[in-house]
Amino acid sequence: MSMAIIGQQLVNGLTLGGMYALIALGYTLVYGILLMINFAHSEMFMSGAFIGLGVLTVLGKNKFLTGSGLGVFMLLLITFLVAMVGVGILGVLTERFAYRPLRHAPRLAPLISAIGVSLFLQQAVLLWIAAKPLPFPNYLPVLKFNLGPVTINTLQIFIIGISLVLLGVLDTFVSRTRMGKAMRATSQDRDAAGLMGIDINRVISTTFFIGPALGAVAGICSGMYYGSIVFNMGFIPGIKSFTAAVIGGIGNLRGAMLGGFALGMIESLAAGFVSSGYKDVIAFAILILVLIFRPGGLLGESVIEKV
Amino acid sequence: MAKMEVATKVGATRITPARWALYATLTLAAVGLPIMFQALNNVFMVHIFGLMGIYVMLALGLNIVVGYAGLLDLGYIAFYAMGAYSGVILGSVGMQIAGKGFGPWAYWALLPVAAVVAAGTGIALGTPVLRLKGDYLAIVTLGFGEIVRIIATNWSQLTNGPAGLPRAAQFVPSPAGQQWASDHLSRGNFQFSADLWWYYVIGALCLVTVFFVRRLDNSRLGRAWVAMREDMVAAASVGINITTTKLWAFSLGALWGGIGGITYGYWVGFISPESFNFFESVLIVCMVVLGGMGSIPGAALGAVIIAGLPEIIRGLAQSRALSGVLTVDQAAAIGNYRYLIFGLLMVVMMAVRPQGILPSSRRARELHPEDEAILEEESAEITSASM
Repeated sequence: MSMAIIGQQLVNGLTLGGMYALIALGYTLVYGILLMINFAHSEMFMSGAFIGLGVLTVLGKNKFLTGSGLGVFMLLLITFLVAMVGVGILGVLTERFAYRPLRHAPRLAPLISAIGVSLFLQQAVLLWIAAKPLPFPNYLPVLKFNLGPVTINTLQIFIIGISLVLLGVLDTFVSRTRMGKAMRATSQDRDAAGLMGIDINRVISTTFFIGPALGAVAGICSGMYYGSIVFNMGFIPGIKSFTAAVIGGIGNLRGAMLGGFALGMIESLAAGFVSSGYKDVIAFAILILVLIFRPGGLLGESVIEKV
Repeated sequence: MAKMEVATKVGATRITPARWALYATLTLAAVGLPIMFQALNNVFMVHIFGLMGIYVMLALGLNIVVGYAGLLDLGYIAFYAMGAYSGVILGSVGMQIAGKGFGPWAYWALLPVAAVVAAGTGIALGTPVLRLKGDYLAIVTLGFGEIVRIIATNWSQLTNGPAGLPRAAQFVPSPAGQQWASDHLSRGNFQFSADLWWYYVIGALCLVTVFFVRRLDNSRLGRAWVAMREDMVAAASVGINITTTKLWAFSLGALWGGIGGITYGYWVGFISPESFNFFESVLIVCMVVLGGMGSIPGAALGAVIIAGLPEIIRGLAQSRALSGVLTVDQAAAIGNYRYLIFGLLMVVMMAVRPQGILPSSRRARELHPEDEAILEEESAEITSASM
């Protein structure tokens, strides 16, 4: 294995990692506040891709939007915004109807409910939209740049760029704004935050809007990168992004970003070194190893259980 | 007098005439319906009954892990896969070593082996993940289930990859007893088919499972599971060894997965990694949840509803038993929408009736911590019963 191939795999890994990081943020945000794994989050990623495809199909007929540079920019902007808002609303509705009634139930209950939501959304897309993979158009001109022996194309730059920008925006939002402060307070102690006058339900709804919206961006990126989308496309990236969140320390935003990029690169290198058939096994094995040996993750703090 | 003694021994539920009637009807239906369908030459329905039996076994096995011990296992299908693959692979190895004569005995000889392989896998999975709880455990078991499936897909020398087993020019031998039944029990037009034979084998295995699980529920280990599920710290502090208790749950649950797996493999005569995907694990969880976590009749009912009901509706529509009520197309539509409905059902059940259709009374109270009314009712019952 030469350095060139390693470099190339790292570029691919960064692209993959950007998408994982975006999805991982959804898991980690929800876990930080509700202490539950939003199992339906992988379906938010999938829904984002399908909404994006819908918008692109409608607007793709417009000559101006597909023809010029400014047009493509506007086309992608509209697509991403519509998908983010649509999936964000879907996330809020999911929380409202599937998780909120179970807030005081044993922890098994919301998890099972989330699995139900996941199954429902997958089947809804399968039955009402398409059972077979649908082609996903890419209007971005794909130009290749050679950096020494390593090739990177505009699509990869776009995906890495958009994920970094969104990660920065989210980080600023959580650490600088009033709502972000409320979110941090809620994740520290929900009851105490409520007593301080924070509207807990609004914080939780906001969380369930932001997380799925970021997942939707990853979904569209994935569609553009791989060129096709299908109803069960969320499952594997979902689990891997959860792994990324765990690697970084679940509940920790910067950890999830770091974990996403780390996992993307590890996986790409493993696919190059070992075999691509087993690349999913490597991600799962990392998940299990991290959970066993460092359950707090790389940036997470260890939590002492109180009786 | 004798009757009284029985009632006090069983304690919880008195066996009323209505209950006797229910049991008798269920037994009659379980024994008789497949014969009836076979007599009508509807082999499809006989096959569905066998499949329901397999799922009853799996649901009862998973119920040990999810219902009794309270550990959500999202990779249960891996044990089923381990049972199926170990059974079929060892069977063909056995035939190469001991000759064709081993064929008919392969299933019977390997049944305990597959069970032990699955239980061993359960321990192998359980040991490293013992420290994990709740949702983390669920995700790790999910990852484990996927690892087993991916290995089964990629390790072609052993498993023949996605093409499945048996390989070309090989076969899964039919076990001793099946040919005999087909020769001796067929009458005229009535053919004692392989599906019917397997249905009764599976039914017998289900009865063994129920007996075993019931005994477990009333054992020291069963009480330890309940204690651990309700409060792990409290359980540990009264001297329950959490490590071994969890391992027992994993291995004893996995055992039935293994038995179900080898039975399925030898019955259908073909296995491929596609049969062991995550979706199947979710379906079995759904059965346990729908029927009632921790309840034996509940888990069995859940399995019958989820594995059987859509197929039965479709089968009956095709055999024109439902003509005038449902057309074949409508029945097929019900079949297509079933998973959508199951997903919705899981959400609704958790919100409205988390204890399931036929709940275990203890689990029901746990899942409704705020419902003081049930508690009072129960204590009133206990006082009136003791008077």
